[in-house]
Amino acid sequence: MQARSLKPEEYRILDEPYYRPVGDEVQIFEAAYRNQLPVLLKGPTGCGKTRFMEYMAWRLERPLITVSCHDDLTAADLVGRFIITGGETVWVDGPLARAVRHGGICYLDEVVEARKDTTVVIHPLADDRRVLPMEKRGEVLEAAEDFGLTISFNPGYQSVLKDLKPSTRQRFVALEFDYPSAEVEGEIVMAETGVEREVADNLVKFAAMTRNLKGNGLEEGASTRLLVHTAKLIAAGIAPLAACRSAVAQALSDDPEMLMAVNELSASLF
Amino acid sequence: MEKPPLTSATVRQLLDEILEVEFSFINTAPVAEAMGQLSHGEQHFLLEWVRRIAPTNIELAHQFARISLARLPSLDHDLLESWALHAMDTYDRSGLLPAMRVMKNLDGYMELARRRTSGATFEQVARVLLPFLHGLAGRRLKLEQAEEAFTDTETIYLPPVIALLPTVEENFVLYKGMTVVLWAQTRFGTFLVPLSESLELFPDPAKALRLFHMLETLRLQACLARELPGLFRALTRLKKGLGEADVPPGWEAVANRLTAKEVSSSDSLDLIQEVYHLPEPDPFRFQGRLYPAKAEARMAERITREKALFRMALAQTLDEVREARAKREAPPQRFDLRKVPDETQPGGWRLEMELDGQPVSPPEEVRGLMGSILLDLGEIPDEYLVPAGPGEYPPRLFREERPDPDEVWQGTYHEEGAHIYNEWDFRRQHYHKKWCVVREKEVTPVYDDFVKGVLEKHHGQVRHLRKTFEAMREEERILRRQPHGDDVDIDALVEALADAKSGCEMSARLFTRMHRNDRDMAVAFMVDMSGSTRGWINDAERESLVLLGKALDILGDRYAIYGFSGMTRKRCELYRVKAFDEPNDETVQARISGIRPKDYTRMGFAIRHLSFLLNQVEARTRLLITLSDGKPDDYNDYHGEYGIEDTRRALLEARRTGIHPFCITIDEQGPEYLPRMYGPASYAVVDDVRSLPLKVADIYRRLTT
Repeated sequence: MQARSLKPEEYRILDEPYYRPVGDEVQIFEAAYRNQLPVLLKGPTGCGKTRFMEYMAWRLERPLITVSCHDDLTAADLVGRFIITGGETVWVDGPLARAVRHGGICYLDEVVEARKDTTVVIHPLADDRRVLPMEKRGEVLEAAEDFGLTISFNPGYQSVLKDLKPSTRQRFVALEFDYPSAEVEGEIVMAETGVEREVADNLVKFAAMTRNLKGNGLEEGASTRLLVHTAKLIAAGIAPLAACRSAVAQALSDDPEMLMAVNELSASLF
Repeated sequence: MEKPPLTSATVRQLLDEILEVEFSFINTAPVAEAMGQLSHGEQHFLLEWVRRIAPTNIELAHQFARISLARLPSLDHDLLESWALHAMDTYDRSGLLPAMRVMKNLDGYMELARRRTSGATFEQVARVLLPFLHGLAGRRLKLEQAEEAFTDTETIYLPPVIALLPTVEENFVLYKGMTVVLWAQTRFGTFLVPLSESLELFPDPAKALRLFHMLETLRLQACLARELPGLFRALTRLKKGLGEADVPPGWEAVANRLTAKEVSSSDSLDLIQEVYHLPEPDPFRFQGRLYPAKAEARMAERITREKALFRMALAQTLDEVREARAKREAPPQRFDLRKVPDETQPGGWRLEMELDGQPVSPPEEVRGLMGSILLDLGEIPDEYLVPAGPGEYPPRLFREERPDPDEVWQGTYHEEGAHIYNEWDFRRQHYHKKWCVVREKEVTPVYDDFVKGVLEKHHGQVRHLRKTFEAMREEERILRRQPHGDDVDIDALVEALADAKSGCEMSARLFTRMHRNDRDMAVAFMVDMSGSTRGWINDAERESLVLLGKALDILGDRYAIYGFSGMTRKRCELYRVKAFDEPNDETVQARISGIRPKDYTRMGFAIRHLSFLLNQVEARTRLLITLSDGKPDDYNDYHGEYGIEDTRRALLEARRTGIHPFCITIDEQGPEYLPRMYGPASYAVVDDVRSLPLKVADIYRRLTT
């Protein structure tokens, strides 16, 4: 198949993405979306926040525009800017403006990483005004009815400098994500990769062991995403120990002794 | 071609000098005679090492020469070197007699060295086994070294070296096996039964204990086979490697009865009767020892403590809930625990906490406490669920008491709460291990108008400082003519269009971009508080710090100020004036005012400790600035070259971790030794003490732009 090139607002998720609801998050999100309330997803990396957004976009049949925020991301990167083509200045919408204009769901991943001036554009969109100020054009853009705003943040590892301000926080309906319970996590691993129950259970146990090490040499334990990666390798015929080493241990640490310890943990299970 | 060997006479001359024969009256003739027969290379090697050992102890050096000469042909240099270093370390740690014992027992050392090369040592394995242990579920156990392997339910003790098997890897597996079996004792409830009491009932309690230990080891192996199958296989291989039977002969039937999931340690206790008449098997090598008394003592203490902590945590939760609820509602009443099936737990269930029938989620540490209590008692008794009343428990139950560092000055020597650092001995060309005992103390704040006085005295200077440092502050600014950016640069665009009209190439740099403030710096100031700073120098130092604080606050650089002083390696002291995360407030200023000259100037430890602190701060650039008035110098041993070389070494270590050291001194002789210590461009000499306050801020400005 050839790669297709699409405008972000035209990109629809057509096949149902696999998502295993853990609580009532799907209902809450839907209710919030229908009432034009913005949503904040909290949770550690790799626990399914992005997958949840894909699933919701599919379910609500809206385009999903994801922006991974980084520490150099400014308001202009979200709203848009003038570019110069053939001696003319032309305005180009940024991803947030596109979503606002076309009624998509805009998902700002790891929003605290972005620079502070982005709050200026997020705040008016996140309360009942629902407008996007476009300073450079001297306009405000009123959000289409179907527009939805979601931001995510990981309370676990950001430094104190990067906390979400209460004024931002209090505009959002918050959904807390965590690694699912052992049983559900096993189910997810099986559904995503087709490995046997026993392998999945052992992987989940292994993940729990690495999560015990959080704050004690590891910044984060193995996420559900890492487990899925590992299980995929195992399903492709890689020996479980080698798969754990490549997909989990190396992803968690560079410290040789820590790597050995993590490998010993997987070796005690498989 | 190798040089011709030295004659015996020359060797003797050299030895006489190194071993200070004039004072020590050592007869160097036999050694010199034997050494005269060696090749030049061998002679050089031996003489060099005698020279390196002699400053530590002359007799030690003499014995080294004597003994190694007798054995030289069969020994390689590496072994001799490590033997000499080991003897010197022993001398540092325990004095001459034990060091001589090491010297004279070369064979013993060789055996030890052999065990160390094929065996695994505690130091090597602990670094891997500790995180491994923490990864396994259950209480967070500690690892420590002891003569035998056992656990007191809080710490797992392991032997210093294991060399039972031929390779390091196999010995590591044995270490791991020990660790896991001891972990399993706490995890699967070996100590849940009243052990000492029950064993006393047998005619031979020691035998009963051995039998119980074997039964438990069999039961725990079955638990491991279920929970950690990979590890169980490793244990089985290990037993094979050690020539041990999987199950002791005659015990097969008993072992089978211990494999079911429901079997607990009380079943093992009941089975003692049955196996009492069986032939007593040899213990497995990996099972370690079982000391019920030690575990019970530790448990009793912990149970009291954790009950208090748990009930106090409940009281706190209750308070929080009460506050969150509206006043009209009834105040919360009752905590309950509900068992929820959970296959991942040993009992097949976990506990969830409820308050008046509503689930509450306890904070992380309370969950840890619940887990620990469950391990000790198997359940959480009802009386635990009554929140603690105010003042019900004395604070010492939940706060760990530490000895006061000042007790050291009052005659009770202890090393608790101290950091221990190595020190470089240039003569030995090696570190003294665990040599300096460093403590962090606080400067006693003096609330007077010193700071105000300084600011008034230098008010012109302060204004000037503010201006220069404000100019240094990198504010966000707009960069023009950028290839990408937030906005169109109109000037550039107009030019470009004009260029295009006239047929020139049109520039692509047409945008403006915000430049970010990137001054990401952390500075530690290390201030000399030795006795020699008494008087003006101390005043000048304090004044400098006041002005510097002003300047740094403007810049927004993170900084810490520590004074250093001490007397001998056992009392190295760093005085905290300002830690990195403290604001420059009244307390800090009162501490600056309270800086007083103390004792001597040992510098290595201060550099090492401040490097350690600096490396914990996240910053792109890390600076360590020393304010000093002279050479490092301590009470007895830290003079001249020794002090300079150790300081140089400490600075090299700091540099290796990415710290930039710099020294500001008022010692006019500084240029003679500072280049050796800090490097040619990393120091500044201020010749007039009175100008120090003005110069320091200025030097800092030059240094960081």
